[in-house]
Amino acid sequence: MARLSPEVTALDTMPNSAATPGPTTLGEPTIDWDLSIRPVRELNQFLHDLAHNARPEMPHVRILHPNGRHNLAVGLQVPANIEILGHAGYFIAGMNQAAHITVDGNVGWSVAENMMSGIVRVKGCASECAGASAHGGLLVIEGDASSRCGISLKGGQIVVGGSVGHLSAFMAQAGTMVVCGDAGAALGDSLYEAVIYVRGSIHSLGADAREEPMQTDDLKTVADLLQRAAISADPQTFRRVASARQLYHWHAEAQY
Amino acid sequence: MANEESSSFNRHVMDYIHRASETGLYDIRGLGAKRNLPTFDDLVFLTASASRYPLEGYREKCVTTTLLGTRFAKKPLELQIPITIAGMSFGSLSANVKDAVGRAATACGTSTTTGDGGMTREERKSSQTLVYQCLPSRYGFNPDDLRQADAIELVIGQGAKPGGGGMLLGQKVNARVAKMRTLPEGIDQRSACRHPDWVGPDDLTIKLQELREITDWQVPIYIKMGATRVKDDVKLAVKAGADVVVIDGMQGGTAATQQVFIEHAGIPTLAALPLAVEALEEMDVFGEVQLIISGGIRSGADVAKALALGADAVAVGQGTLMALGCNRETWLGPDGPHDARADYEKLGTAPGFCHHCHTGQCPVGITTQDPVLETRLNPEEGARRLRNYLQVLTMELTTLARACGKSNVHHLEREDLVALTIEAAAMARVPLAGTDWIPGHRHF
Ligand code: SF4
Repeated sequence: MARLSPEVTALDTMPNSAATPGPTTLGEPTIDWDLSIRPVRELNQFLHDLAHNARPEMPHVRILHPNGRHNLAVGLQVPANIEILGHAGYFIAGMNQAAHITVDGNVGWSVAENMMSGIVRVKGCASECAGASAHGGLLVIEGDASSRCGISLKGGQIVVGGSVGHLSAFMAQAGTMVVCGDAGAALGDSLYEAVIYVRGSIHSLGADAREEPMQTDDLKTVADLLQRAAISADPQTFRRVASARQLYHWHAEAQY
Repeated sequence: MANEESSSFNRHVMDYIHRASETGLYDIRGLGAKRNLPTFDDLVFLTASASRYPLEGYREKCVTTTLLGTRFAKKPLELQIPITIAGMSFGSLSANVKDAVGRAATACGTSTTTGDGGMTREERKSSQTLVYQCLPSRYGFNPDDLRQADAIELVIGQGAKPGGGGMLLGQKVNARVAKMRTLPEGIDQRSACRHPDWVGPDDLTIKLQELREITDWQVPIYIKMGATRVKDDVKLAVKAGADVVVIDGMQGGTAATQQVFIEHAGIPTLAALPLAVEALEEMDVFGEVQLIISGGIRSGADVAKALALGADAVAVGQGTLMALGCNRETWLGPDGPHDARADYEKLGTAPGFCHHCHTGQCPVGITTQDPVLETRLNPEEGARRLRNYLQVLTMELTTLARACGKSNVHHLEREDLVALTIEAAAMARVPLAGTDWIPGHRHF
């Protein structure tokens, strides 16, 4: 399902592999939640209540028949292990804290928006605004991500196995985005301190974004993120894009 | 004719052109529109006489309780007065001011609102009812604060700059502000003008559902918009599932934006309110979806007129700052009042004319992050002044309501008003005084 870039392979996309640290399923009770029978509201309430019900292990929740439904597993606060088995809609895993959420399919807009921590993995492709404004955590898109991936990023980490669309990392403030494929137009427009690494072609850079030489720390950052994302690619083949910091202060010529 | 000043190119215009040609920079400033606009002052009440009887001003009860968020939220807000504090950010305001505002609002039984910088511990602690804004920038926006909010206000725009993002110049981006906003210290910060995770009204519907899901449908969700295409926008907000719609007219204030925005974008509050009401009526949700109006609300008379035209509540921003001491000649220290005129002068202004919030050098310690200037606003004294102001607004409101024969301020109605000017009659959709003429609507 995932469309990885040439020479990029998913090593292991199972949520509990050594390469993707997350909560163990050993001894966890597995709960199957069938969305064709029980509604999204009940699912989210159940997942939220996990924060209040003290239990030795977090359950492993498998969400069946998502069928493109929106707002699944939003606002989680516990290190639960959630698998969404199929395609899902908008805002999946929104504002996630601590949970490890895997989507075995594609997702709509704004997956893991405003994520604070935890890991969200999409085995397929993501539509627009993936990881928008994420403050922390790791978002892995094994396939492509559409436009505005990582927009307004505030410290989260994003690894995309495929390509990203236009205006990705727009106004990204902090954090890292690794793109194993190509980047669309206006990459990193009005960047602040976030850093983007791209392996393929860059259609165009946005205002105040510039390419910079890869340093040792960059190679290490990319290698670490690829390993955590369980995606195999050579860090040496990536290029670094960061802010030229020319828009940090007002200039007459910058205001057109 | 030798000394005649041009109307088109008067001294203000010439000054503007001279400065523009000198600097190559446009003007950035704080507060709201200064141009002459039709306002609530252009309306008057037809209080009781032989045809209606009034209530005793000091004896008979006049209810001011205000419910907001009754449409979907499990816990709607019940405020003691229909006057709320508009969203203003920590960053534009000092932490002391946030604290003072929270204390005053709590004492008066009303709500305060966060701003484009996240929620401070000071305002959460001091505000019994706190509305948490979800802004395009998402600075400091996080699920922990979301869960401790009493209501959520999704901000699409504001009256001072509809279609524009926030702005905070470097002198106000100190270490704490920078950390809350995940930005480098000292930069001229430009907030986004669009939300990062949704674009159109259909996405907005799903976004609202996400916020409701995260908060388990407990708290009301407002949608705030600057007043432009009010009717369409209100309808879209209702369709998206808002519990409360907030419309901010063009007189609404800001801590900093381009002067051209403040004076030339949006429509006056007086014109916006009837359009919002009409949209709610056409959607058959008037009363079910509550309406808050803001933008230049100054007095109890303004509040009463807004309620009579169909608002459920008002939000006060600039009035709040002025109650705290904005544009006063003095600031109050522990040893008494201190003259601030020299500090106004350093900014090139004077008390009564200041709009220099963007500089961070507020002479009375309100819109500043400077550790010395900040001490000029004592939170207790600020809270006392704001409490008094809110009390006066409420007393003026009930005075007019009682005189109109209403035992509840929410019973004020459009029929209680007439307009003094043709413009106001057309915008407010009430008859011109002494006629039954509503230009553009009746007997035209
Ligand atoms: S006195 Fe302070 S708050 Fe008022 S306009 Fe001037 S700078 Fe702004």
